[in-house]
Amino acid sequence: MFLTLVTFLPLVAAGILAFIPKENEETIKQTALAFAVADFLLSLQLWADFDLTTHKMQFEFNVPWIETWGINYHVGIDGISLLLYIMTTFLTAISILASWEVKKYIKEYMMAMLALGTGMLGVFVALDFFLFYFFWEFQLVPMYIIIGVWGGPRRIYAAVKFFLYTAVGSLLMLVAIIWIYFIVQDKTGVYTTDLMYITQRLDIPLSTQKWLFMAFFMAFAIKVPMFPFHTWLPDAHVEAPTAGSVILAGVLLKMGTYGFLRFNLPLFPHASNEFLPLIAALSIIGIIYGALVSMVQEDLKKLIAYSSVSHLGFVMLGIFAFNHYGLEGALLQNLNHGLSTGALFLIVGMIYDRRHTRLIKEFGGLSKQMPKYAICFMIITFSSIGLPGLNGFVGEFLVLLGIFQVNLMYAALATSGVIFAACYMLWMFQRVMFQELKNPENMKLPDLNFRELVLLVPIIVLCFWIGLYPQPVIKTFDASVAHLVDQVNPKNFAPGGAVHAELKPGHAANGKSEVKE
Amino acid sequence: MLSLAWLVPVFPLIGSIVTGFFGLRIGKDAVGKVACGSVALSFMTTLIILAGLVMLPEEHRIYEQVVFTWFASGDLVVDFGYQIDPLSMVMMMVVTGVGLIIHIYSIGYMHEEYSYYRFFAYMNLFMCSMLLLVMGNNFLLMFIGWEGVGMCSYFLIGYYFEKKSACDAGTKAFVVNRVGDFAFLLGIMYIFKEFKTIDFTSVFAAAPNTLIYGGEAVTLITLFLFIGATGKSAQIPLYTWLPDAMEGPTPVSALIHAATMVTAGVYMVARCNALFMLAPMSMMTVAFIGGGTAIFAATIGMAQNDIKRVLAYSTVSQIGYMFLACGVGAFTAGIFHLVTHAFFKACLFLGSGSVIHGLHGEQDIRKMGGLKKYQPVTYLTFLISTLAIAGIFPLSGFFSKDEILFHSLVDGNMILWGMGVSGAFITAFYMFRLVFLTFHGESRVDPHVHPHESPKVMTLPLVVLAGLAAAGGLLGIPLIKGAHLLHHWLEPVFSFDMKAALDASAQMMIKEGHHVPAWSHLLEKEEHGLAMEIGLMLLSLVIALSGITAAYFFYIKYPTLPDRIMQGQWGYELVKNKYQVDEFYDATIVNPAIEGSFFLWKTCDAQGVDGAVNGVAKTIAWFSDQARAFQSGFVRNYALFMVVGFIGFLIVVF
Repeated sequence: MFLTLVTFLPLVAAGILAFIPKENEETIKQTALAFAVADFLLSLQLWADFDLTTHKMQFEFNVPWIETWGINYHVGIDGISLLLYIMTTFLTAISILASWEVKKYIKEYMMAMLALGTGMLGVFVALDFFLFYFFWEFQLVPMYIIIGVWGGPRRIYAAVKFFLYTAVGSLLMLVAIIWIYFIVQDKTGVYTTDLMYITQRLDIPLSTQKWLFMAFFMAFAIKVPMFPFHTWLPDAHVEAPTAGSVILAGVLLKMGTYGFLRFNLPLFPHASNEFLPLIAALSIIGIIYGALVSMVQEDLKKLIAYSSVSHLGFVMLGIFAFNHYGLEGALLQNLNHGLSTGALFLIVGMIYDRRHTRLIKEFGGLSKQMPKYAICFMIITFSSIGLPGLNGFVGEFLVLLGIFQVNLMYAALATSGVIFAACYMLWMFQRVMFQELKNPENMKLPDLNFRELVLLVPIIVLCFWIGLYPQPVIKTFDASVAHLVDQVNPKNFAPGGAVHAELKPGHAANGKSEVKE
Repeated sequence: MLSLAWLVPVFPLIGSIVTGFFGLRIGKDAVGKVACGSVALSFMTTLIILAGLVMLPEEHRIYEQVVFTWFASGDLVVDFGYQIDPLSMVMMMVVTGVGLIIHIYSIGYMHEEYSYYRFFAYMNLFMCSMLLLVMGNNFLLMFIGWEGVGMCSYFLIGYYFEKKSACDAGTKAFVVNRVGDFAFLLGIMYIFKEFKTIDFTSVFAAAPNTLIYGGEAVTLITLFLFIGATGKSAQIPLYTWLPDAMEGPTPVSALIHAATMVTAGVYMVARCNALFMLAPMSMMTVAFIGGGTAIFAATIGMAQNDIKRVLAYSTVSQIGYMFLACGVGAFTAGIFHLVTHAFFKACLFLGSGSVIHGLHGEQDIRKMGGLKKYQPVTYLTFLISTLAIAGIFPLSGFFSKDEILFHSLVDGNMILWGMGVSGAFITAFYMFRLVFLTFHGESRVDPHVHPHESPKVMTLPLVVLAGLAAAGGLLGIPLIKGAHLLHHWLEPVFSFDMKAALDASAQMMIKEGHHVPAWSHLLEKEEHGLAMEIGLMLLSLVIALSGITAAYFFYIKYPTLPDRIMQGQWGYELVKNKYQVDEFYDATIVNPAIEGSFFLWKTCDAQGVDGAVNGVAKTIAWFSDQARAFQSGFVRNYALFMVVGFIGFLIVVF
């Protein structure tokens, strides 16, 4: 129940905002922020109460929703989703504070932001196919509105592109969900969309697995985004308002990688193993391609958007290493990317607020004028490059170590990403922050104000923390990752093997919070 | 006493935080005191630890201290732990000792700078990282330091960040280093795959029983590690960043780009001697890259006119010697040269800084000359260090370089020795060219500039370093039994039991069903007489002296001669233009990468991938337009479609 409360609190807050007259802008902003911060603190309580020793779902809540179809409202959290969940509440609060200067329709903006929060949180806790699909589509709407209303000049094009891309993928996923629904009904005689129930019982031949895998793959690969499904991302980022970009990079992309972890791997372990070379190839292309294209960008936001393609390539590669290091590295890298890239978008947003341009050639020498900004930017830059001691390194290393156990060539190609990351980030930094301060428009820029520091400092603290002492984070993943590694281990998914023999049809999952093994 | 180890990197870290964040508030004097004080504390703690280590019996001189577990995943456990053993002790002494002297010097050299505090914050952070690098007890902690020093080097090269050339140099240094780090990381991952641990002690202890002598795994591991070393230590083919790194303030060049950071690669190879000894092919590579770099960079040094660039190429060349030593298995000699080089090269760089300071920023040796009467202390210390680097008895460089040359012949071959000896000749030549052009002869100084000697805070460090450069040879006196202190001290680290390793390899190969090659010749030690050793010493002395004489002829006796001879010579042009290596890299790697990226972006991404997506969208829109024709709004049309549809349905069904 607590989990449901934390998940829906932002939506409730959005409802409350509706009753505040739109003239009271300060009240609206403060209320929104208060709720977001409260939600973040509540989500921390989940971490405090989290049992690190088990891979099982925790804080589970399971009630029938549409009984005739076997659809439940089933939520729960495990080591894979917990920290993504907390990062979502964290970044929602950050995003709301980052939107203090939004001028038009502030009330509607905050409502959309908060509704988006619930949508995203729901994705990470849903343990029912239908519920998951519901949240997955639900969060699209506020994001679409945020880009479409508060975005830049080409916002309509970007918003529609964002929506269509995701919707096309989701449709395929819906088809796959319905297919699975009938397979399960056929095998066990139970009408259910319960994810836990299905994950344990789904036993299908490789050929079917492959089709289903591909359908889910399309939905998630677009979201990640993997090469070559990434072209919606630069457009969406460039047009989205700052906070939209932060959420997009920090949370929405993670929903894609989370989908692989929650659905593709446990449901279709055999197909996952079969598709490893394809996914590895696409990930590696993404790492190198994203970095190279990023290097020559003229717009700061586009540069960071393409760098995300590169970073998410690492995450995907780690997931498909199917071993402990790779998976933990991928999960850690998920968080790191959310923090570093989120912060980078904030940083770019801050300079955009001052100069109303993001073109690299407009800047140069800003360090002299804005020393505090320079320090924050520098730290985040190095965090994004993956400097040891900052957050990016441990995750990246674990991913590479994981894929190294699989294939030396994959690892060598992926590791080249560390060179390119230094190229595009440092070259960008040099052109923006160093060299001579020539442009007269940059000569009077004010340094960071208090609110902006409040935005960046917590992220920087987290960057150092995860870089220097990531143990608490990694330990949170441990049990769930170990379980997942077991699930995708070829030894453990012999099709039609004895493992599934004792399952009897008619074992209802409806309304039960625990499914016996 | 040894348990104080964790404090050593902490002092400079605190110094860095204090100077970085409160530097402007507490003022220049305080910044200087905090920065130097923190390094001094580090140095003193190091001395205490040294005492503690000396008191231990020889075979127990290894102390590990785990501060906390950095991260663990599966069976990978990475500790934030330190290892104090004779090798890391030597490095700690050099780093904190030379570091302290250079910090003190910087107080004077950087005094006029506005962002004095920023400089010291970076310098202290560098000290912290460098200490982590040499004290880490596992490969990843070493890697933290490794990257940390790279980052500080980036900051300090680009210290004058308003200068584009300085920024370019900083970025270049970091990126080129990253190429090395790429291989280093692969090496670490490979080590983990083979050993399931990355702790130094466990890996090296297990190495002979895990990896087959000359096998693929150990060869690849060591080559990966060595490529990492070539990046940090500026060896062929990754040396090009170091000369550009001279854009940084001179104390930075002395500390980072001469005495400490750039020798990290040598330290790493020496640290991994247990692995390298198992990989003869890698050893050969190390030796040839080292020897090749030694002679290659030395030739470039002959034709440079920027005082700091001459020294930069000289550094590249001298590190080549260290690798040459490591490559023939004379790790002690490599570390010995590392130590003496830290003394004399730091002194040379600080001396050049004193010259630049005295000439208000002039770095071109063509605009110097006759400075010895204006800067007597600088001159004298510079001369002593030059004699040391040239290898003149009894200065430190003589002993260390001679040991390398001796081993390159005895444990290596004629070619390696030839490289070393010709490099030695060129070194003596270009270093004395530098001395003669800077301090001797007619003054060519701009008449508006009035050269002056530097203040005491700068000359005193020079004197100390010159003293060390002169006396450093005492650490390793050859010929006399037991007088080679360093050799004796490092013995526990470098004692590699080749026989046991080969036996273990043979057993592993038999188990795998392979044929075991004849390795017995590897264990035979060639006997060499004392006469040969002394003969080689005299020879290298003669070679050094002839290099000096040649320089004397060209730049003192007949100063017009060089121009006349060199004019239009293609060889001279080639050397002067540094063999066009930078241009070659630009043309073959940098520019194609940038142009290729533009192509990927503008063509592949915008037209290819996105074009396909938009094409699909357009096609759908076209079909929709066609379909719209049916929605005419006329009821009679709809009725017609219904009838047509119904008939069609009937035809299909029946």
